[in-house]
Amino acid sequence: MRAATKAHRWHSRFAWLVRVLLFAGLLPVVPVAPVCFAAPPGARSIIDKHAPQIDRLDLDGHRVDLKGLHGKVVLLNFWATWCAPCLIEMPAFSAWQQQYASQGLQVIGISMDDDAAPARQLVARLKTKYPIAMGDAKLGEQYGGVMGLPLTYLIDRHGVVRLRFQGETDLKTIEEKLKSLLK
Amino acid sequence: MLIEFIRKMGTIVALAGLIALCTRVQAQGPFGTPNESSAFSIPEKELVQPAELNRILADKSGDKPLVLQVGSRVLFEQAHIAGSEYAGPGSQQAGLDQLKKRVASTPKDKAIVLYCGCCPWNRCPNVAPAFKLLQSLGFTRLKVLYMANNFGSDWVEKGYPVARGY
Repeated sequence: MRAATKAHRWHSRFAWLVRVLLFAGLLPVVPVAPVCFAAPPGARSIIDKHAPQIDRLDLDGHRVDLKGLHGKVVLLNFWATWCAPCLIEMPAFSAWQQQYASQGLQVIGISMDDDAAPARQLVARLKTKYPIAMGDAKLGEQYGGVMGLPLTYLIDRHGVVRLRFQGETDLKTIEEKLKSLLK
Repeated sequence: MLIEFIRKMGTIVALAGLIALCTRVQAQGPFGTPNESSAFSIPEKELVQPAELNRILADKSGDKPLVLQVGSRVLFEQAHIAGSEYAGPGSQQAGLDQLKKRVASTPKDKAIVLYCGCCPWNRCPNVAPAFKLLQSLGFTRLKVLYMANNFGSDWVEKGYPVARGY
């Protein structure tokens, strides 16, 4: 009985603490960013549509052909060297490429840098484990408009775009969604 | 009774400390302290909100500011504020040189608005260096467009006028 009263008291205190923090607007201090699972209103959504074709050479000169990846789950990440949150995500994407490759994951990076040179340098430094190709305005428009980075799409095994993550996103959230597509 | 009161006071003091700490962390952004190139280093009074800039640009009778995008050219090509010009990425010396060249013959009292929108505000590497450059060059009517998230969310999706191409 005493233990129950004690537990109740602690629970009340904790609830009070949460209420105070919520009131002060401080809970979002945790480095988790807004997540967008669908294209925001106004943007041309490509969710639940076939992913626009990507057929270009990566920074190593190898062909990246999205249609050729049917049967795999594709994580398509638009990034740039000057985009700090992008640089936080990329090592995780490399790790996932290795961890989930046998389950059918293929990560593709699209650099939205103006020139290839800084992208090449950064990719060498990060030892990225997946192909990276240069993007351009046309590709950005095909993908609903890349008007802010990072931007990540998850494409299912049938080549259909399922999810969109705009901005600095909690990596656990992306990984959970990725794992559900890999099942 | 007294012990309970002391406990409560202790909790309140601890909470106040936590709130002060969290507020400080929030001001710096979630991943660290802003340095001189952080957009957070731009004084709030030098910022203009998207709605306000849109109103200024839509006002046919008013003096239009020179609006310069100091971020990515690829993003500019996809969409930019109608009437704005690309002036090079502020995070790179080549971009700052391009900006300097663009404003070389611009009167120092010309109203100028800089913007980027590549990333969330606390992550933008471009606006602060560009702002500091123009400030050091003596421009007196300088503003920076505040975009909390990115150009897509804070301008395009609001329905404000955009143009494409370079």
